[in-house]
Amino acid sequence: MFTYTIRRLIISIPTLLFIALVIFLLLEMAPGDPMAQVPLTVPPEVKERMREALGLGDPVHIRFFKWMQQFFIVEPMHLLDGLFGTSFAEGQQRVISWQTRSPVMDIVMQRMPQTLWVVAMSYVVGVLIALPIGIYSAYRQYSIFDQAGTFVSMVGYSVPPFFSGVVVIVIFSVKLGWLPSIYDTTHVVNDWESFVVQLKQMIMPVMVLALQTTAQISRFMRASMLDNLNQDYVRTARAKGLTEAVVVMVHVLRNSMIPVITVIALGVPSIFGGAIITEQIFKVNGLGQLLITAIQANDLPMVQTLTFIFAILIVLFNLIADVLYGILDPRIRYD
Amino acid sequence: MADGALKPLVEVRNLKMHFPIFSGILRRRAGEVKAVDGVSFDIFEGETLGLVGESGCGKSTAGRAILRLYDITEGSIRIDGAEIGSQPQDDLRAMRPRMQMVFQDPQASLNPRMSVAGIIGEPLDEHTKLSKSEKLDRIYELMDAVGLNRDFANRYPHEFSGGQRQRIGIARALALNPKFIVCDEPIAALDVSIQAQVVNLLEDLQEKFGLTYLFISHDLSMVRHIADRVAVMYLGKVVELAPRDALYTVPKHPYTEALLSAVPEPDPRLEAKVERIILKGDVPSPANPPKGCNFCTRCPKVMEICRSEEPEFREVAPGHFTACHLHDQTKSQTAGKTAASEAQ
Repeated sequence: MFTYTIRRLIISIPTLLFIALVIFLLLEMAPGDPMAQVPLTVPPEVKERMREALGLGDPVHIRFFKWMQQFFIVEPMHLLDGLFGTSFAEGQQRVISWQTRSPVMDIVMQRMPQTLWVVAMSYVVGVLIALPIGIYSAYRQYSIFDQAGTFVSMVGYSVPPFFSGVVVIVIFSVKLGWLPSIYDTTHVVNDWESFVVQLKQMIMPVMVLALQTTAQISRFMRASMLDNLNQDYVRTARAKGLTEAVVVMVHVLRNSMIPVITVIALGVPSIFGGAIITEQIFKVNGLGQLLITAIQANDLPMVQTLTFIFAILIVLFNLIADVLYGILDPRIRYD
Repeated sequence: MADGALKPLVEVRNLKMHFPIFSGILRRRAGEVKAVDGVSFDIFEGETLGLVGESGCGKSTAGRAILRLYDITEGSIRIDGAEIGSQPQDDLRAMRPRMQMVFQDPQASLNPRMSVAGIIGEPLDEHTKLSKSEKLDRIYELMDAVGLNRDFANRYPHEFSGGQRQRIGIARALALNPKFIVCDEPIAALDVSIQAQVVNLLEDLQEKFGLTYLFISHDLSMVRHIADRVAVMYLGKVVELAPRDALYTVPKHPYTEALLSAVPEPDPRLEAKVERIILKGDVPSPANPPKGCNFCTRCPKVMEICRSEEPEFREVAPGHFTACHLHDQTKSQTAGKTAASEAQ
């Protein structure tokens, strides 16, 4: 297993380099001008100088290697400096956002907590709701509970968050006035009251996103449980005279969790990608919102860096899912 | 063999197991598959009752229903004096140690995520209060009893061959010292060379622990080898039940005759002379069995009465039961036609 993991990690390096190149070239081909927002009164030669100041004067391959150098060497060194107080990265050029002229990674770090609070929490909540629903729906297949679960999943799948988000805002903020419609990112939690406020402003975005996760994971859980409930070894377990709880929760569930855990692991990178639409609706300035504004402003270093971070996470969690599969299922051996 | 001095350990009376069929938009109950439809027999202590019949005749269902792995439709089952036919599953759990089952597919019937020690030891967790080391001792003892190397205790089922897996299944069934074991085609999924090993192991264990078996199989030669008495099933009913030798030499029911004639004869010179009774047509659907005798659609000796009246399951010779109109009171008229009746 260990050698397998190492091998996979090594293989993922060329994969990621290739992804970086593809993203870079795609952004290069995309139309748009980072100077488009500059007022027309600015003379063209000044604009040209501004462009050169951003590094746009160099040919494509030079810019690509510069970005790689900044991302793979300068940024990790800067991180080390921050952690241990060293000064490896001093005086070296970091990846700079064209919009704000501040380092991209600093902005990402500022946005990360909001995304983790809202999107990651929604994922956790979604999974925690989905698992019992999936288990019980499968155990009582075709019961009223199962039918209701199927209906809710269908709604979760088919209603997009830009609709359900607005609906809950209209109901709970406008009509009932229970919850704030805007997520206040400057809010500081330091006592019980502020915690309650934080909870209140989180509920709606978290639940809107959790509906999507629940729909997907509960279906997986149900299907996987149904696959296993009819297996012969379940009959064996019953014949052993085990209690129904042990049969379902130990024998069936442990076998059913194998594919479900993989699906859950594969879904984790999408948390960091943020929920672009939902973050817009509730005005959460997380990573998704950061990406969309960067795209609108033609902030190529920002888009490039964010997209590449997502790519790293996807590759990494694919590997984690594979390794988990190997750990959970004794029949799978990678060596 | 089946003398009256022996006490029946298992008494099955009029066992019925019907599975509902749902159809249509509203999924209404449209009928039922009569997998087991009124089966009665006894199994005496220490004996092996063979249960034979073609695929889909309800053998396995009967075996599972007797252990109440299904909630039966009707009938009574007494095992070791205790009625289990209508007990709720929760109450049955405490009785499970006395009755166990060896399943047909040794691969699928073992939990792939449990080690051998886990599989064999789990019933001990549930039903006994052994300490950890006592449990391990018991697991090793059982592995020895079925001829598995003790070093295999921490391996997983997929790492074994079919024969070894079936040994794990047998060790698992033995863990709680059962009196009665239903062997549901324990050898069907195994190589012929391994079949003999497993059957001999079952026989040895029977001798050692005084077990009573219900041995379900479609392999007539294997049943002849292991069983003391044999019951033949057709379409959810037992058509004939007799001591082994009587059944194999003088079968009373035309279906038994047909089944026996299908057993290959090893001697090629004799094989050429054997007259096969080839049954025509397919087995009727158990959802819609024919009127009268279940076998009337395919029986080579079918009579008028067979199509209208269901034959009674009656004793035609000591210990030899059959359900066939050939052996009714009208026997004298039809005796000339059947060699089987003459032999009696």
